[in-house]
Amino acid sequence: MLEVRNIVKHFPGVRALDGVDLDVRAGEVHCLLGQNGAGKSTLIKILAGAHQPDSGTISFDDKPIRLATPTAAMRAGIATIYQELDLVDGLSVAENVFLGHEHSRFGFNRRGESRRATAGLLARLGHPEIPPDAEVGGLSPAAKQIVSMARALSHDARLIIMDEPSAALAHDEVANLFRIIRDLAAHGVSVVYISHRLEEIREIGDRVTVLKDGRAVASGLPAHDTPTREIVSLMTGRSIEHAFPDRTGAEFGDDVLRVTELTIPGVVDRVSFTVRAGEIVGLAGLVGSGRSEILEAVYGARPASGTVTVRGRPVRGGPHGAVRLGLGLAPEERKAQALLLDQSVAANITLATLGNHARFGWIDRRGERAAARRLIETLDVRPPDLDRPIRTLSGGNQQKAVLARWLAEDRTVLLLDEPTRGVDVGARAELYALINRLAGQGIAILLVSSEVPEVLGLADRVLVIRDGRIIHQAPAADLDEHAVLDMIMEGSAL
Amino acid sequence: MIDTRQRGNVAGREAVWRRITGTRHAGLVVALALLAVIGLVTVPDTFATSSNLVSILALASTIGVITVGMTFVIIGGGIDLSVGAVMALASVWGTTLATQSYGPAVMVLCAVLVGAGAGLVNGVLVAYGRLVPFIATLAMLVAARGLAQRISEKKTQLVQSANDVIVSLSTTRWLGLPLLVFLFALVVVVGWLVLNRTTFGRRTYAVGGNPEAARLAGINIRRHTMYLYALSGLCCGIAAVIIMARTTTGSSTHGDLYELDAIAAVIIGGTLLSGGRGTITGSILGLLIFTVITNLFILNGLDTSDQLIAKGLIIVIAVLLQRRNALGGTS
Ligand SMILES: Nc1ncnc2c1ncn2[C@@H]1O[C@H](COP(=O)(O)OP(=O)(O)OP(=O)(O)O)[C@@H](O)[C@H]1O
Ligand SMILES: [Mg+2]
Repeated sequence: MLEVRNIVKHFPGVRALDGVDLDVRAGEVHCLLGQNGAGKSTLIKILAGAHQPDSGTISFDDKPIRLATPTAAMRAGIATIYQELDLVDGLSVAENVFLGHEHSRFGFNRRGESRRATAGLLARLGHPEIPPDAEVGGLSPAAKQIVSMARALSHDARLIIMDEPSAALAHDEVANLFRIIRDLAAHGVSVVYISHRLEEIREIGDRVTVLKDGRAVASGLPAHDTPTREIVSLMTGRSIEHAFPDRTGAEFGDDVLRVTELTIPGVVDRVSFTVRAGEIVGLAGLVGSGRSEILEAVYGARPASGTVTVRGRPVRGGPHGAVRLGLGLAPEERKAQALLLDQSVAANITLATLGNHARFGWIDRRGERAAARRLIETLDVRPPDLDRPIRTLSGGNQQKAVLARWLAEDRTVLLLDEPTRGVDVGARAELYALINRLAGQGIAILLVSSEVPEVLGLADRVLVIRDGRIIHQAPAADLDEHAVLDMIMEGSAL
Repeated sequence: MIDTRQRGNVAGREAVWRRITGTRHAGLVVALALLAVIGLVTVPDTFATSSNLVSILALASTIGVITVGMTFVIIGGGIDLSVGAVMALASVWGTTLATQSYGPAVMVLCAVLVGAGAGLVNGVLVAYGRLVPFIATLAMLVAARGLAQRISEKKTQLVQSANDVIVSLSTTRWLGLPLLVFLFALVVVVGWLVLNRTTFGRRTYAVGGNPEAARLAGINIRRHTMYLYALSGLCCGIAAVIIMARTTTGSSTHGDLYELDAIAAVIIGGTLLSGGRGTITGSILGLLIFTVITNLFILNGLDTSDQLIAKGLIIVIAVLLQRRNALGGTS
C-alpha cells in the first residue's frame, strides 16, 4: 500500500537518511527499529509531510504522491503520532483532537459535535474518563498520549504512524494500545510502529524493518520468528549480553534520604520510606498511581505535606533548595520539563551545575566544555557535538543529555523518572551500567520506570505503589514480574 | 595527530554553526549598509558628515542603553513597558533642586538608583506578585510618569551651571566622539559579557526558554526574574543620566514612547518575544537601523508621520524575514 523508495534527507552536518526503502502492506503492523539517531523519526516526519526529502519517491495505493505539508499527508490518509507530543496545552481535549479540522458550519465551530465525537474516540480508546472539556496542559503524560491517539483516529486515516507511543505508557496502557492497534489492523488500517522495547515488536508486529545510520539494513523480516539476537545485532552491529548489572553484594551506607508521611491531597497518601547511600530503590506502579508525583514532591517541585530530609537536613525552598542539598531530578517529560530546545547540547548538560564551572558568576568556558565533553562521551550522545542545538538531536540522544545534566557533579540523591525513555537497547545497557556505577560511588538512587523488568533488574529494593500508597515493599530479588504486575493492578499484596 | 585532526573537525563544525547563526546579523548589517547608501544618494552632503554621524550615535545612546536592559528582560520571557517613563522619573529626580545641591555625583547616583528601584518594584510585582509583565510594567509606566510630573510640577528642570560636569558628558569629546557614546559602548560591552559569559546570562536564556526546566534544574526563577527587571530599571537610570547630559534638563516628558523603539529594536534584532533566544548584538543593530531611518527622514525634510509608517513596515518585514529563516532551518 505504501511504497517508499530511496529516500535521502540531509540536515546541516548530518545525513539522516541515506537511501531508505520501506514497504507497508494494507492492514499490517509494520515495526520500524533502529538505534537512537538511526533516522526513524526523520523518516516518519517525511511520511507525515513535516519534512521534505532531498530525493526519493513515495507512492500510496500504487500512485506516486507528494506530501508537501502535514495537511496534505492527512488528506492522503496518513495520520501521525509524533515522538514528542505536539498538543496545545492551553486548549481543551476536544479542541486538540479536532485542531485543524474542526466541525464547523459557516466558520463557527460546532463545539457540541466535537465534544461528542471526542468522547466517542476516547471511549473507543478505553479512556472514557478523560473529559473532552479538560485543558490538556493539566493531563498526565499518559493521558496526553491517549489524546494524540484520539487525534490520529479522528482523521479516519488508512495509515497511522506511531513514533514510540508506548514510551510514556505503563504496562496496562500498553495492553490497551495493542488492543486498539489490533482493532485498527482488523479494519484494514496499516500501522507503522516504532519502539525500543523489542518484546513489544514480537507481540504486536507483523513485519520489521531495521534502520541503521540512515539505511534500511533489513526490511520485511517476520516479526514473530526473527530471533531477538539477530534483530539486536542488525540494529547495533554487535550483540548485547547481560542487560542488567549484577547488584548482589552491593553495600549500603546510612540512610541518606528519609521521607516521612509525604502527602499530596488526592494523589499521594502518607508515603514514608528511606533510601540508603549506594542503594537503588525502585518505585513500581501504574501511570497515575502517584509515582512521579512522589519524586517531584521529594524534590520540592510540588507542594506536599510531610517531611523530606537528606542526611538529616530538611529539604526546603523548592527545587532550588533541593539542589543545594545535593538532590537531582531527571524528570519524566524531557521536552516540557528538562530541555532548552534552542540551546546547545553543552548548555543543556551544564545548566544545573553551572555554578561549578564559574567563579563569581563568570563562566570558565573551557572547564564547562571539558565537563560536557566528558559526559557526552560517557553517555555516548550522538552526534558528539557540543555546539549543536539540542533540538536537532534524536529523541533518545536528547534523553541521554537530560541524564547527563545530573551526572555532571557528585549528587547525594538522584531521582530518576523514566531514565531510559526512548533510549535504544544498546545505550540502555550502558545506562544501566552507569546507574550501577553511580550507586557504587555511594549515591542514593530513587528510580521510577513503567517497565517492571527494569525496576526489578536495576533496583535493590522495590516499593509497589497503588493509588498513591505504598502497598508492598520487598528486595527486588524476592519479587518477579507477574507478582508485581498483579499488585500494581489489583492491589493483592502477597 | 589523530587528536588534532578530530579537534579541527569539531572546530570546523563550530564555524559552520557560527556562520549559520551569524547570517541573522548579516541581514541586519546589509540593511544598515543599504540605509547608508540611501543616505549617501539622497542627502550626499549632510549624511556622511562627522557631525551627523556623531548625532546619530548620540541619539542612539539613550535608547541604546535602555535596549540592552530590554534585551535581557525579553530573553528572560518578559517585557518592560515602563522604560521611557522610568527614565523620565529618574531624570526628574536627579535634577530636583534638592538633589542638585549635593553636586553631580549624587545626581548621577540618584538617577541610577531611582531607575533601579523602579525596576525592582516591577520585578517584585512580576516575580512575587505574579502579575503579568505587560500589566505590571504598564502600571509602572503610568505611575512613574505621574510621579515625575508631581515632583517636577510639570516643569522642565535645568541642570544648574554648578553641575555642568554632567553636561560635559555630551560636550567633551574624545577621539572625536562625545563621552556619552563611550558610556553607551561600555554598557553594551558589559551587557554582552554578562549575557554571554556569566551564569546570570545563561540562566536568563533558561528562564525565558523553558521556565519549568529552569526551575527543575534548581534555578531560583522568581529571584532571577526580579533581577532582570531591576537590571532594566538600572539601564533606564543610566539612560536618564545621558539624557540629562544631552538636553541639560530633567523632565517628565522625556522618553515618550521609548518603550516602543526599544522593543522594536530588540525584535528586529532577532530576539524572540516569547523568550529564550536573542542577542545584544542584534538588538543594537536593530536600534541603529531605527536611528538611521529617523535621521534620514529628518535630513530629507520628510514628515514624521511617514517616518512612523516606515518604521512600522520595517518591523513587519524584519519579523517576516526572520520567520522565513527559522522555518528554513527546520524543514
Ligand atoms: N532538525 C534537525 N536538524 C539537524 N539534524 C537533525 C534534525 N532532526 C534530526 N537530525 C539528525 O538526524 C539523525 C536522525 O535522527 P532521528 O530523530 O530520525 O533519529 P531516531 O531514529 O528517531 O532516533 P531515536 O530513537 O533517538 O528517536 C540524528 O543524527 C539527528 O541528530
Ligand atoms: Mg525518534
